[in-house]
Amino acid sequence: MRKMLYATGLGAMAVFAVGAASANDELHKMSQNPKDWVMPTGDYANQRYSKLNQINAQNVGKLQVAWTFSTGVLRGHEGGPLIVGNMMYVHTPFPNKVYAIDLSKDNQIVWKYEPKQDPNVIPVMCCDTVNRGVAYGDGKIFLHQADTTLVALDAKTGKVEWTAKNGDPSKGSTGTSAPMVIKDKVLIGISGGEFGVQAHMSAYDIKTGKLVWRGFSEGPDDQLLVDDKTTELGKPIGKDSSLKTWQGDQWKIGGGATWGWISYDPELNLVYYGSGNPSTWNPKQRPGDNKWSMTIWARNPDTGVAKWVYQMTPHDEWDYDGVNEMILSDQSIDGKPRKLLTHFDRNGLGYTLDRATGELLVADKYDPKVNWTSGVDMNKSSPTYGRPKVLDAASTDKAGEDHNVKGICPAALGSKDEQPAAYSPETQLFYVPTNHVCMDYEPFKVSYTAGQPYVGATLSMYPPPGETNMGNFIAWDGKTGKIVWSNKEQFSVWSGALATAGGVVFYGTLEGYLKAVDAKTGKELYKFKTPSGIIGNVTTYEHGGKQYVAVLSGVGGWAGIGLAAGLTDPTAGLGAVGGYAALSNYTALGGTLTVFSLPQQ
Amino acid sequence: MRKIWFVTAAIFVVAMGGVASAEAPGDPTAVKSEDGKYLDKDGNPTYKVEADGTVDWYTYSGYRRYHSECHVCHGPDGMGSTYAPALKDSLKSMNYADFLGVVASGRKNVSTSQENVMPAFGDNPNVACYMDDLYVYLRARSNDAVGRVRPAKHEDKSEAYGKAEDACMGHNDKK
Repeated sequence: MRKMLYATGLGAMAVFAVGAASANDELHKMSQNPKDWVMPTGDYANQRYSKLNQINAQNVGKLQVAWTFSTGVLRGHEGGPLIVGNMMYVHTPFPNKVYAIDLSKDNQIVWKYEPKQDPNVIPVMCCDTVNRGVAYGDGKIFLHQADTTLVALDAKTGKVEWTAKNGDPSKGSTGTSAPMVIKDKVLIGISGGEFGVQAHMSAYDIKTGKLVWRGFSEGPDDQLLVDDKTTELGKPIGKDSSLKTWQGDQWKIGGGATWGWISYDPELNLVYYGSGNPSTWNPKQRPGDNKWSMTIWARNPDTGVAKWVYQMTPHDEWDYDGVNEMILSDQSIDGKPRKLLTHFDRNGLGYTLDRATGELLVADKYDPKVNWTSGVDMNKSSPTYGRPKVLDAASTDKAGEDHNVKGICPAALGSKDEQPAAYSPETQLFYVPTNHVCMDYEPFKVSYTAGQPYVGATLSMYPPPGETNMGNFIAWDGKTGKIVWSNKEQFSVWSGALATAGGVVFYGTLEGYLKAVDAKTGKELYKFKTPSGIIGNVTTYEHGGKQYVAVLSGVGGWAGIGLAAGLTDPTAGLGAVGGYAALSNYTALGGTLTVFSLPQQ
Repeated sequence: MRKIWFVTAAIFVVAMGGVASAEAPGDPTAVKSEDGKYLDKDGNPTYKVEADGTVDWYTYSGYRRYHSECHVCHGPDGMGSTYAPALKDSLKSMNYADFLGVVASGRKNVSTSQENVMPAFGDNPNVACYMDDLYVYLRARSNDAVGRVRPAKHEDKSEAYGKAEDACMGHNDKK
């Protein structure tokens, strides 16, 4: 069966390579209209930058709430709405409702979709029943449901046009990520890194929902979709590049989940995304580099074949998922214009690569507290070129099973999780929501049972010693790998950022504030407390000649689970209670979309 | 050996009819010990914390297993989260038999306003082999006998515990 799929994929390649370029140029064009927000990521480059400038650094202080919308769902609300012409599409966590709202008719609900899903999928969703949003293309809205059903809805009526099953929740696969429409395909990843899923990126035909290709994160070459031209750091990866780095059949439960954001360069015709942690969290149980978990992938969207890969954290020992977004920008390095890819990894390193070739240009800590590595070997002639140097004091593999390794920074949450950063071509800076949390980590032996958690480590988390802020919102220069400014936040910043031509950058906080800061200096210009903590992404659009800023609030996710009760200082001794601020003292559950604009003149 | 454990758990579930009984867990004072496992006057597993903070092996082991298998929903230290209830409170009214029943067969509470579902862990050895450890740790938390941090000192793992653990987890299986 699988063989047949690949055969289909290869056959399809020949056809599409010739004819398909025009199929969805429409969407690419639409994404360049700043009045709309037609992709979950804003545009293919994942810059989350808007050319709208009606709201700017001078007047943003006057921002007001224009209207609000309750989603009727209590769980953690990640992602953000799409805006296509007069229509806004709002999604929710499980049960994964979608509302189509007509902005020109006093925000009336035109249609609502609510799938019937087996609630048994809920506890398979590791850390809350989040969903990161819907995609638009070819007159359809695409939703990846918790139960891994990918559904295509008629954008006008909400009618189901087709469905496809992307995984099996009874084996630990779930759907949380946002699909991405690229040409005549819908691309979607899968969750389940804590359940031993052999994860994959899959492309479905936009018209029929038929699977066109599927590239796994680990396994034999025909499942990885790699060939003799696939490279890492300029060198061919060779045959069986993944199989050689796992013991026996462990790759079959190897993880490498793909639930992050997807970006695309139409000129290079390459799709970029990251793969997550290898299963289990106990590194002793899976010797080897565990390729290609923790990897940046560059694939051809027509065939799925990988052009290049780069594994950031070989043989993970800390759950530093590599799924975070790849932001594409064109900047000059050493006077030469480069096509760049910038990625803020969970492992605390900010990477800049040449996105055409996969050449590594910059790898530096974007939180000075990162202490598991002394840095990445940048010497091209070194045998460990491109590898991070792991410090013994932070190595949970060296310490071994049943040993508690203390004071590792960052925590398993990463210096940043899925919450996407923004990039402004004007300031040439990245605006990064970060976590500032460290951990103790103790691996131990676990057994694998299909559909059951496969974790294998105990961990406890706390802010870096001597500090109380659990987050920072930073501006980062991706060319030099330097922090330009950094604002402390009491809690991890778990909201996607938005940069605008108005010189303003927006983000949300876990307490529930929507904040606007000056893009050049980070100075806070505005804040408003929404009904619940924000783990959604900030969006902007224009309607009726007016610029709006919208954000979903609704606390939850990993952040809500880890921080609800407050973290404790492990050195405080017996009986220490609530050493740090508890999120539950600031906010409670509930999904609301809050939309802001300037007051009428 | 592993099978036997699961059967035992299943019997509990059947005996309880899957319904939580109203009976509270009772006095947690340890009245006797068997191979490092402490029991209360009703014969249910309980914790033992010395004046210097040394905890019994089950409490320590339960801390570790909780922070691997349970905390991703129930939050650190049994404190609860935005997603699932605080077990340090639940265990105040939930007795040993009810605890085993819920962990083994899961629980569902789905309505228009909430959708709480706990999976069945009965056939997951990482949880099922450590039911007593988890219960003892959470019972200690529910009585404030241990705080929010990793217990600093603990009794050693007994030989009998080690043997039972290896058998339950299948660690003695040699290929």
